[in-house]
Amino acid sequence: MALLEFDDVSVTYRSRGADIPAVRGVTLNVNAGESLGLAGESGCGKTTLTSTVLRMQPKSAKVTGEIRLNGDNILDMTWGQVRALRWAEASVVFQGAMHALNPVQKIGDQLAEPILLHSKVSKKDADRRVGELLEMVGLPARRADAYPHQLSGGQKQRVMIAMALACDPQLIIADEPTTALDVMVQAQVLNVLQGLVKELNVGMVFISHDLSVLSSTCDRIAVMYAGKIVEQGPAADVFDHPQHPYAGALAGAFPRIGDTRYRYSPSGLPGDPPFPGDLPSGCTFHPRCPVAVERCATTEPSLIQHGSHQTACLLVGSEIA
Amino acid sequence: MTTPTDVDVPSVPEGQAAALEARDIAVTFRGRGGGGQARAVDGVDLRLGRGEIVALVGESGCGKTTLARTLLGLERPAEGTVLVDGEPLNYSSRALKAYRRRVQLVLQDPTGALNPRHTVYEAVAEGLRIHGLTDNENDRVAQALSLAGLRPPERFFLRYPHELSGGQRQRVVIAGALVLNPDVIVADEPVSSLDASVRGEILALLLRLRDELGLSLLVVTHDLGLAWNIADRVAVMYLGRIVEQGPTEELLANPKHPYTRALLSVVPEMGRMEQVVLAGEPPDPTRIPAGCRFHPRCPVVASGEAAALGIEEKCKGQSLPLLSPAGAHSAACYLPASAESVS
Repeated sequence: MALLEFDDVSVTYRSRGADIPAVRGVTLNVNAGESLGLAGESGCGKTTLTSTVLRMQPKSAKVTGEIRLNGDNILDMTWGQVRALRWAEASVVFQGAMHALNPVQKIGDQLAEPILLHSKVSKKDADRRVGELLEMVGLPARRADAYPHQLSGGQKQRVMIAMALACDPQLIIADEPTTALDVMVQAQVLNVLQGLVKELNVGMVFISHDLSVLSSTCDRIAVMYAGKIVEQGPAADVFDHPQHPYAGALAGAFPRIGDTRYRYSPSGLPGDPPFPGDLPSGCTFHPRCPVAVERCATTEPSLIQHGSHQTACLLVGSEIA
Repeated sequence: MTTPTDVDVPSVPEGQAAALEARDIAVTFRGRGGGGQARAVDGVDLRLGRGEIVALVGESGCGKTTLARTLLGLERPAEGTVLVDGEPLNYSSRALKAYRRRVQLVLQDPTGALNPRHTVYEAVAEGLRIHGLTDNENDRVAQALSLAGLRPPERFFLRYPHELSGGQRQRVVIAGALVLNPDVIVADEPVSSLDASVRGEILALLLRLRDELGLSLLVVTHDLGLAWNIADRVAVMYLGRIVEQGPTEELLANPKHPYTRALLSVVPEMGRMEQVVLAGEPPDPTRIPAGCRFHPRCPVVASGEAAALGIEEKCKGQSLPLLSPAGAHSAACYLPASAESVS
């Protein structure tokens, strides 16, 4: 049994009388001690999908399928059970976390809050734990007395990671945790996250649109497009040898420095992702796909095993590809 | 799109005036709470040739944005001169207004740069109105939008920013810069807030503007991949100084300065390179270390290699000369050339 299992999960938003499918039948697993990278453009459904783990999706969203954490279906739980789950079993490092800290409270007190709420410990024990947590993410324990404005962006981001770890969760969901950070600080934060997965045996879902970051941090990568997984496989394989044209475009967006193919030749993907309320027929990627053929507009591909990857593309494995 | 072979990389011969040049610039700010003076830019020579793309690379707080603002005339340097086509920049308000028509700024976050209650047309036409260019406004706006890749332009005239994707918004910002027919564009992290798929599209647009309009571009970024994608030359900045500069291919293939090597090693695509993660963040510009300003974080000093080479004393005590802003690949470092490839 995997730590986290998405089993045919769909999320539909109800908006102005119409149903907007944001996630359409996703099946994915994450094991303890494993990190899964979830890649895709803004609006592809990656944040919506992971928000269902802690039932953080908006009220207008209808969720079907099963989301199992340690075998228990989260959708069957009462609110009390979900509340107990938050922080203690699964926690989230939010996007733009540096703005999520309370500016008028010391970071130590903010870190202690979930600990005091979830476990019956004294304030003194909680403070000791806060010190441990800060050291775990590479900050001195005495920084607990600092206010957020006294820390740099990378330090605040590490405080948010420490907060996610406060109650020893088994699963961490990191939603673009290094976007907007400098390369050097990003490397520090990524090393902290990678170390935690291996040392504490937690499972991690790492959301990013940057395939190069995912390939250097995660064990596996799943690429989402228009609410579906279009490719998944071992991280380095997906980045170096993407099969789906969309995964190829994402991988090509970040040049290999020194590789002359990328010199004076930045590659992007024309067009915009489709509006979830008005999806193209057949393969939803076909209007933007550089190699689409006629039947791509009519036949929707399903996720099929090709070598070490699973890919949803009609052309992969066929003679045309 | 162009390939490396058919790109005519403009080489700026010595003597010919550059589009924009910084000569021994220093910019200082008063320290917070009576603290010492912050030397955000501390002696920089930088040269942007006509039709050239230069990437100014460094971490947050290294002074790269301050330097860019100084080149735009938004900050006045405490020391040194900004030269425009070889002439010192005139800081009278009339001259600055004319200057700002020729040198345009594109910022990182297009959502923040656009007024949510202005249509695309109004956003692009604003610059024309400020500069009193009222004839053919419609045509000029349409032409700028279409140059920025928003076609057909009329379709975008009445749209509001919230109706556009992130990439389209950045194109509107770029169109707003292009509408004034500038000679130079200074772009501060032009793609770092955009999706991966859009990033390449915007970079290709910048490259095309250089090739088709002969624009000079100064791109301020922390992204060495971007430099490899579009820049002719790279200048690496650390704590207010350029510590290494040179043609992109040479600098990125064979970085000389330990700081550049560290920056390059943490680029995620360079996963196969051994990472040199520098601890901490750039130090404080109010207390610039003596000697080489990088020595407290330098892995070559920390490993004892500098001591073994007999240069440690110099690293810690003797300040380095400014790098020449054009020409060959050079680094402000005491490591002898023979030791550059080791460590």
